[in-house]
Amino acid sequence: MNAASRIAADHAGRAVNRQLAGRRNRSLAATIFLLYLLLSTAIGLIALAVLLVTILQDGLPYLDVMLFENAPSANPDRAGARPAIIASVLVAVVLLATALPIAIGTAVYLEEFAPRDSRIIRLIELNIQNLAAVPSIIFGILGLAFLVRGLDLGPVLLAGALILGLQMLPTVIIAAREALRAVPDTVRQGGMALGATRWQVVWREVLPAAIPGIATGSILGMSRAIGETAPLLMVGAATFVSFNPGLLTQYTVLPILIYQWIKLPQDAFQGLAAAAIIVLLVILVTMNGFAIWLRNRYERKW
Amino acid sequence: MDPTPSTAADSTAMESSRDRTPLGALGVAERTQADATPVEERDVVFDCQQVGVRYSGTRALRDVDLKIHSNAVTALIGPSGCGKSTFLRCLNRMNDLIPGAAVDGQIFYHGEELYQPQVDAIEVRKRIGMVFQKPNPFPKSIYDNIAFGPRVLGMKKDLDERIEQTLRRAALWDEVKDRLKEGALGLSGGQQQRLCIARALAVEPDVILMDEPCSALDPISTSAIEDLMLSLTNDYTVVIVTHNMQQAARVADMTAFFSVDQGETGTRCGVLIEVDRTERIFTNPAHERTEAYVTGRFG
Repeated sequence: MNAASRIAADHAGRAVNRQLAGRRNRSLAATIFLLYLLLSTAIGLIALAVLLVTILQDGLPYLDVMLFENAPSANPDRAGARPAIIASVLVAVVLLATALPIAIGTAVYLEEFAPRDSRIIRLIELNIQNLAAVPSIIFGILGLAFLVRGLDLGPVLLAGALILGLQMLPTVIIAAREALRAVPDTVRQGGMALGATRWQVVWREVLPAAIPGIATGSILGMSRAIGETAPLLMVGAATFVSFNPGLLTQYTVLPILIYQWIKLPQDAFQGLAAAAIIVLLVILVTMNGFAIWLRNRYERKW
Repeated sequence: MDPTPSTAADSTAMESSRDRTPLGALGVAERTQADATPVEERDVVFDCQQVGVRYSGTRALRDVDLKIHSNAVTALIGPSGCGKSTFLRCLNRMNDLIPGAAVDGQIFYHGEELYQPQVDAIEVRKRIGMVFQKPNPFPKSIYDNIAFGPRVLGMKKDLDERIEQTLRRAALWDEVKDRLKEGALGLSGGQQQRLCIARALAVEPDVILMDEPCSALDPISTSAIEDLMLSLTNDYTVVIVTHNMQQAARVADMTAFFSVDQGETGTRCGVLIEVDRTERIFTNPAHERTEAYVTGRFG
């Protein structure tokens, strides 16, 4: 190797070094960005952790059989959440039986049967999207005017559950449509090419293939409804219910009971509220966990 | 039996490809059937007259005059955008499913006009099956994939037997007989495509349309499907769209060459240039545009 080429190689080496230095500067920006990302995540996690720890500290001493067995009482030593827990379960059942079939039916119609270029259909789609953004208190007012007073149902559990169902509709419709859209068109064409009718293809192929996605969306929608308070306050959920509620009786649900207990002056009720929050959290986390499990279990690669 | 199904599958496909190498290399189709009658004298299954297609008013295909004969493979070849797939989808009214698609001209299927108002597209598709470019098995078991057609059409008698026969017909039985209840999406691409062919056969069609059935497959799977196509002509009429001219030369009795005409306004529209026996299309075509295409000089 002669001198000239060695010098050339040296220069090349230095050039490379400078380039590497340049990259180091850029990686400083990358580090800052990474730190920012970590911090954002940490804030959410820390908030959640603090919340959980305080709730557990306050609530665990009060989390006993009595909470599930007794009715609310003015005496914190005897107070329980049984009617509210039963009511929350009943609400979930009503949601399953009413809102879910309607939402899935709507999604299947809009996705599989409705004419794509129809103005009415587009108007409906726009409205569903807007409905999803309506504040829950507005749904409560609608329920009060339409169900409780208009249909004269009175402030009963059914009226509350129906209004929660109405509020849940757009979320589930949108989730179910996404799930249906994820089923590739080749599946539909394959079915049609065998001489199946559109209905047969939807019922036997498309809907079964979309069920995991639909179920996930439905469960998330339901768990949101179960944790909801505002619309139920509007439709007259009672605050003190000592009997087991039925569909057509007065009722209170867990979030409202918690709200009530927290307002009471005695310290014991704060603890009871925390315990009730734990119960509610366990219900919701279980539902969401089931949704996640369902999604992972049946997730499909096309 | 081989404990690992995929190995078994590969070796079967490999054997069949080895068998055909001497003939296949010469581009001569291996026939299982004694070709007593020349193709042109066999029954006319489709008689297409002045067939054209428009998508939302834009013409994609025009003036196709074509006869498709029974118990033969007819290949539709041509450059991209020449309307050959569009034409194929006219034959079983799959274009009905595309919003804005309109078919003009007349297609007589065994003498009956397919696009008369009283003809039910569902009935048409029962008799004229279709296999798509990308294998599209349903996301369920192998058994249920084949059973779908017979079930929706009410042919539920002796379903197990029908499924075995169909899978044997599609040369897939030996590879899947021990895992009929397993998911079809676990099969290899070539197996999936043969499953789709079996699925189409299960409803006892008269015609099988194939839209580039091998374009997503490797050469060994392709070879297996080509063998299958040839054996199918004993009982069925096969129409295949292909980009692969060697494939047309290997399997087709008749070949139709489509091309693109550029209009004065710059609009592109598919046309049928000529249709003839395959060997004549590839050795002595009547039209120079055909010759330019088959010899690789695209025109």
